[in-house]
Amino acid sequence: MKNITEKLLEMVSDWKGAFNGAYNIREDGQCAGRQSSPNIQIDSKEDGPGLVIHIKPGTQKETVYIPACVTHGDVNDLVYNDFYVGEGADVTIVAGCGVHNDSEEEARHNGIHRFFLEKGAHVLYREKHIGTGNGAGLKRIDPVTDIYLKEDAVMEMDTTQIGGVDSTLRKTNAVLQARAKLIIHEHLMTNGHETAKTDFAVDLNGEDCGVDLISRSVARDFSHQEYHSQINGNARCTGHSECDAILVGNGTVNASPDLYAGHIDASLIHEAAIGKIAGEQILKLKTLGLTEEQAEEKIIEGFLKG
Amino acid sequence: MLQLQNISWVLPSGEEILKDVSLTVPKGKLTVVTGPNGGGKTSLAKIIAGLETPTSGKIFFDGEDITGLDTTERAQKGISYAFQQPVRFKGLSVRDLLELSAGKKLMEADYCELLGSVGLCAHDYIDREVNASLSGGEIKRIEIATVLARNTRLSVFDEPEAGIDLWSFSGLIDVFQQQKNNEHSMLIISHQERILQIADEIIVIADGKVRTSGSKEEVLPGLLEGEKANQCPLGKEV
Repeated sequence: MKNITEKLLEMVSDWKGAFNGAYNIREDGQCAGRQSSPNIQIDSKEDGPGLVIHIKPGTQKETVYIPACVTHGDVNDLVYNDFYVGEGADVTIVAGCGVHNDSEEEARHNGIHRFFLEKGAHVLYREKHIGTGNGAGLKRIDPVTDIYLKEDAVMEMDTTQIGGVDSTLRKTNAVLQARAKLIIHEHLMTNGHETAKTDFAVDLNGEDCGVDLISRSVARDFSHQEYHSQINGNARCTGHSECDAILVGNGTVNASPDLYAGHIDASLIHEAAIGKIAGEQILKLKTLGLTEEQAEEKIIEGFLKG
Repeated sequence: MLQLQNISWVLPSGEEILKDVSLTVPKGKLTVVTGPNGGGKTSLAKIIAGLETPTSGKIFFDGEDITGLDTTERAQKGISYAFQQPVRFKGLSVRDLLELSAGKKLMEADYCELLGSVGLCAHDYIDREVNASLSGGEIKRIEIATVLARNTRLSVFDEPEAGIDLWSFSGLIDVFQQQKNNEHSMLIISHQERILQIADEIIVIADGKVRTSGSKEEVLPGLLEGEKANQCPLGKEV
């Protein structure tokens, strides 16, 4: 494995020289290491690039890592990973992506992840994206996440992209059956002239299912972000989306949430707030001895963490 | 400790908020500033903390002229300020805010002591965000705890009793009394009689001016004299 891959792995996953549990490391479109566990089987996809991961019913508190790294330009990595999570399993899936580019050519990773959760399964899905390197070539990460939750399944998705990626289009689609729950926390920061588009579509089809979608983002310098969410309440259900964005410098944000209530007992809420950091927040931290720049950093750090 | 000399503050509209205010907050003492609403008390506190700049006058802190220093510099010199209406932060937790206040990592026992002294259980609050989910009383206590965490030479509290329930109020009084020592001076803006009772010095600000000042024993008995005629909210006689 290349040194730069190891550095990227440290940034996007829990890599400390090794993974504890099942894993597959993808490096420039190739497999750089793989290990299954008695409960988690990782196989190559037969009909294209990517993995099929089977997690046995009842598997408890195990973690599977599937990070992907692109280490130079002129790479267009496309991968399809399918997760089949058995009934009653409770696992953590870590899927970071790091793109490093010192060249003039474009470096791109496009990960299409599908999650099929059986009844009562619980998944904590952590996804962290980062771009590094000083080449003029663009760094692009365009993830697609498709989520299918059967009755009583719960998926918590924690997705983070903090700078360095020139262009990203993030699509997340979900279909929920009865009593299933989907909780998404998105943390985004764009710098320079970066652009980030994020698009959520959730179909709440089963009785008493629910989604809680929280997106926090910071648009700095001349960067631009677009947020779109579509929550369809097709049954007695609850849907909540919250899109908060902080503008710094000349950053711009367009937020367009859509709610569709197709059932009399669908209860849907959207909250959105876009603006610069509140002056009184900076003042409070200045009274604690921080400079204006330090206050701004702390406020952004906390905002993106929450 | 803190000296204000001939402080005046005039808004761009021409409205005079403070008019030639001179006062001293003595070292190791608890000074309470009181007076009718709209009289200029909060403006005075903001000018001390550097949140507002006076139109004229000088401010000295332990003999040093701090008039030209900004909020950060004054905070670093040892002035703390508890806002009357605390600020909420999406994302910053109570732990984050107290650590920023203390300027160092705190141990669990420190959080218990700080939050316990304002009547909150650290276990329940330490990881909560300082956001809209906190009630007015809860955030007010956390605001007071941020100033206690700083442990600076001068603490300014703007109406600390607002939003604090009667049951917790005794605890707050104890905290202020404990804070009062040779190294630590306090300026509290308050209308609360029990806070006035623990004052060493009382300054009455009305209509942007110092109406009277002196020891508690001198000022407290005659405090309400002259108030009955002031029925107009602007403090002008009608």
